Amino acid sequence: MSILATSLPGFPDAAPVAGLAGGVLIGLAAALMLLGAGRIAGVSGIAARAFAIGEGAMQRSAAFAFLIGLPLGALIVTLLTGAPAPQFASPLLLAVAGVIVGIGTRLGSGCTSGHGVCGMSRLSQRSLVATASFMVTGFATVAVMNALGIVVLP
Amino acid sequence: MMRAVVVALASGTIFGAGLALGGMTDPARVRGFLDLFGAWDPTLAFVMGGAVMVMALAWIVQRSMQRPLFAEAFALPNRSDLTPRLIGGSALFGIGWGIAGLCPGPGFAALAIDAPAAAIFLAAMLAGMMLVRLVDRPA
Repeated sequence: MSILATSLPGFPDAAPVAGLAGGVLIGLAAALMLLGAGRIAGVSGIAARAFAIGEGAMQRSAAFAFLIGLPLGALIVTLLTGAPAPQFASPLLLAVAGVIVGIGTRLGSGCTSGHGVCGMSRLSQRSLVATASFMVTGFATVAVMNALGIVVLP
Repeated sequence: MMRAVVVALASGTIFGAGLALGGMTDPARVRGFLDLFGAWDPTLAFVMGGAVMVMALAWIVQRSMQRPLFAEAFALPNRSDLTPRLIGGSALFGIGWGIAGLCPGPGFAALAIDAPAAAIFLAAMLAGMMLVRLVDRPA
């Protein structure tokens, strides 16, 4: 797995090879959903469908199967690479962030996967604008929190 | 139909593996990418680049297909209108993404890494989604 640890000049913490490999897997998964099932692999939409919050033609059983696959795949990679467990934000921040993500992805009709991966690769006007929008506020949020000295991860 | 469930499970599993391998399930990695004006970590640009490249090819293949391999018909979004709801909702999503360094896919994938943390995030996310539904269509 040493090649996965290849770094980028000037960015000692970056993992470009692991990132690219992960991205290709995400692309293949989305391609399987598109060419196999004829659907967009948009996680927020699939989650809403699975929990009967959103309408859609996707069967709820298939939506749940997709969601169950996500931790399954992450578990396989964690076991294979033996990567140390990452840190997560405090329960309060996780809850606040979760509510905002839930509201935002429903109003915005998608998230990083639906707009960012599936929509941008199709040059969908809505997805390009949505992705620009959440990238800008994502950058701004971290910048503001850092400026205020708010530490999220220990 | 069983086929739809198998395809979805396979897609979700590969998706989750990609998220973990690419670092999307590590909030420090995600927030490092969003820290554009600080100690920027470009890793997620490679994740996004790899995923978009593969999907761009998939869209080219899709255009030549009459129907999907394991389903009756394609069911794809076809809207192109830019609304305040789309832009404002996405802006809101970005704020939540920046706060905890988690978006929906990695939130589910993180159930295999830190189940209590992921469960809190997901429960709150589903509550937020439910709130939008209630406001849109009062019960």
